Amino acid sequence: MKLLKLVPDNTNIKFLSLRVPFFVVSMVLILGSWAAVAVNGLNFGVDFAGGQEVRMTFAQRPTAPIPQLRELVEGLGYGEPVVQEFGAPNQVSIRVPLPEGTENSPGAATKIGDRVIASINAEYPDARRDGNDTVSGKVAGEFRNQAVLALLVAMTLVSGYIWIRFEWQFGVGAMFALVHDVSVTLGLFALTQMEFSLQIVAAILAIIGYSLNDTIVVYDRIRENLKKYRKMPLAELLDLSVNETLSRTVMTSLTLFVALIPLVFFGPPSLFGMVAAITVGLFIGTYSSVYMAGPLLIWMGVTSTSFVPTETATDRQDKLARGKG
Amino acid sequence: MLDFPLWKKLSLWAVTLAAAVLALPSLANVAGLSWPAALPDPQVNLGLDLAGGSHLLLEAKSGDVRIQRLDNMEETVRQLMRNATPRIRIGDVSTAGEQLSFMLENAADIDRARGLIEPAMQGSTTVREWELTVVDGQRVVLAQTDAGVNQAIDDAMDSATEVVRRRIDELGTREPTIIRQGDTRIVVQVPGLQDPAGLKKLLGQTAQLEFKLVDLNALPSNVEAGVAPPGSQIFPFAPGSAEQGQSLAVRRLGGIRGENLTGAQAGVDPQNNRSVVNIAFDAQGGAKFAKLTTENVGKPFAIILDGQVLSAPNIESAIVGGRAQISGSFTPESSNTLAIALRSGALPVPLEVVEERSVGPDLGADSIRKGLLALAIGSFAVIALMITTYGRFGVYATAALVLNVLMLLGLMAAGGFTLTLPGIAGFVITIGAAVDANVLINERIREERARGRRVVAAVETGYKEASRAIWDANITNVISGIALFAFGSGPVKGFAVVLVIGIITSVFTGMTLTRMFVAGWLRKTRPNDINI
Repeated sequence: MKLLKLVPDNTNIKFLSLRVPFFVVSMVLILGSWAAVAVNGLNFGVDFAGGQEVRMTFAQRPTAPIPQLRELVEGLGYGEPVVQEFGAPNQVSIRVPLPEGTENSPGAATKIGDRVIASINAEYPDARRDGNDTVSGKVAGEFRNQAVLALLVAMTLVSGYIWIRFEWQFGVGAMFALVHDVSVTLGLFALTQMEFSLQIVAAILAIIGYSLNDTIVVYDRIRENLKKYRKMPLAELLDLSVNETLSRTVMTSLTLFVALIPLVFFGPPSLFGMVAAITVGLFIGTYSSVYMAGPLLIWMGVTSTSFVPTETATDRQDKLARGKG
Repeated sequence: MLDFPLWKKLSLWAVTLAAAVLALPSLANVAGLSWPAALPDPQVNLGLDLAGGSHLLLEAKSGDVRIQRLDNMEETVRQLMRNATPRIRIGDVSTAGEQLSFMLENAADIDRARGLIEPAMQGSTTVREWELTVVDGQRVVLAQTDAGVNQAIDDAMDSATEVVRRRIDELGTREPTIIRQGDTRIVVQVPGLQDPAGLKKLLGQTAQLEFKLVDLNALPSNVEAGVAPPGSQIFPFAPGSAEQGQSLAVRRLGGIRGENLTGAQAGVDPQNNRSVVNIAFDAQGGAKFAKLTTENVGKPFAIILDGQVLSAPNIESAIVGGRAQISGSFTPESSNTLAIALRSGALPVPLEVVEERSVGPDLGADSIRKGLLALAIGSFAVIALMITTYGRFGVYATAALVLNVLMLLGLMAAGGFTLTLPGIAGFVITIGAAVDANVLINERIREERARGRRVVAAVETGYKEASRAIWDANITNVISGIALFAFGSGPVKGFAVVLVIGIITSVFTGMTLTRMFVAGWLRKTRPNDINI
């Protein structure tokens, strides 16, 4: 049987010759993402903004009365609700943010939530409540802090691990790649205004993990080649390493991609945001491993001696002793 | 690297099968088959987002504990001073600023007063609960220490958790989970309860029942303006009562709290067919109640529930039997809720719902169905890709993948972990990423073959050289998974659990098991060339 080869043997693509333009692109992406987050803000779901999100099914109708629901809930005076189709035409998700000034009263969210549900039930007795999330301002604030903490701790610890296992330059390179991945993902959420929830934080951590996989595979090969080809210029060596691991990179990205795609299209609607984020993050992470993690090594001056043990004091003493003897 | 003695093979298979077998009861459950009752039946717990149910996070208004302690201390001090012989006269009592302060009319009493109060300052623990200072030789200030307050809050939360448990048990729901969380919170999870409205009503009721004498000297104009006379408090009448909208001044001290109840039943007053709650006091409460009613025949007393006056009937005669009837504007339903709340005891602190999540069983089942479908399609796609790319080595990777999923499921069932909706995404990612180990190894074998190494040497080098990157990549993934588990909450934790256990099982199946498979085949056939 002839086996499938996604990437031909012995490719020699000059990835790193484009490192300067691509690095500029990456920096533009990072700064642009920050700007997008600053200008547009993230569309926080109830997890992070507080408030209520209720999902309902109108079993006896072909479509849910979305405009009427919007009007009904808005009439309660808690601000503008987000009413959208959810999963099927007769299913909706209704999101009511916490009104200004109620962030610090713990019971406000549930009181508002109960009132929203009661008024919808009064108007549409056939509406079935499928799910409800109500989060008070205080708890939402804690979720925000924990999310930031989780991301920072994860990024710091894994970069530290890479530093210990490789060299400091590799740790910094990995850190930059991760900052790139997290920034661009956040930027995409700011641009598309897709709902940003706890699940998305989990997705970002999964992206970090995946992107790091890639970075480590490339770094591992760079380390191996640094020991093997002492005289090769670094840019060439990086190209060689990326090319040697290219078929693995393509194959792993592809297996993850084909595993995720059915979940994006046929999976539970509540998972859509999370899975879509991971799927897009797959590409962001692969890109950053080649164009962020790699070129930084060149600029931080990694050389073939980085992994050759340096002369220690004991070595010198040994040498001196031998010299005398 | 490729040497597998029999004992090693046997123990690897033993570990694999032991973990994988644990998944069978859960799989049988999903497939709708019945599992023999005689066998152990570890099941993967489904999170509320998949099984359906309600999750409530309750937070105590801990500020109330401070106020409560202050009131109790005031009452104790007044009683001690009154009962002292000769009596110690005090005045200018204030509980402002979270401390109790009062003036002695005679400064010479200071040592006697201190001697009486100091034993009362000590609680049941070694924690110093109050700080007594004397200002200008005549004013006594009792301040609550933080340690004392924290101890009191801690005790209050313990008993609040117990009360919450009793109340939920009264509802007859199955297998609720009630856990104290942090300093002032309680998590309540009730599987199968789709609409937590009734539960919230029950838990939202503190059920602090108080009987207090009405202050007959209070000026109606003052009461209306909300200005309480000295020694009195103003409470509004409960909504729905005849006097709704009005308020009532009652004596702050000297009443009875409803914590000495032995029973409470919803009932109907035969005279007017109204819903009432019949309560029974324990011996101590009954005696106090008898004393209060005997001494105040003909006077009105207020029945106050959670800061609202239910009614203020006249005491027509002394009530000595330890039984009483609470009337108010009850519906049969609300009298039943109140009876449950009173029976299970008052909450020592009011609780508020700060987070509520509920999922209906239909939505949960729909999520499982869609998740499984996506999982099945994804797995087939991954397997097809692996076999068409790596041939025989892809088949080994597939076997490892299947065993990996079984072991992951089995370990989750045995470890009592919960599978949540994001956990399903975790399964899919595990399937997509677990084969990465085999991809790395197989690509390396291809490379080594291309460089002209012999088959066995190529396979050995492939496993050896790939293992470094596999370890590093998976360890960093475990690190970020643990960060997510530590700081994430609820369903997202379920994602982290699947990810971390999945990494552990996938390193085992992807590196160790496939190596055993490949070694067995190489030993048996000794091929000169491999198709990879």
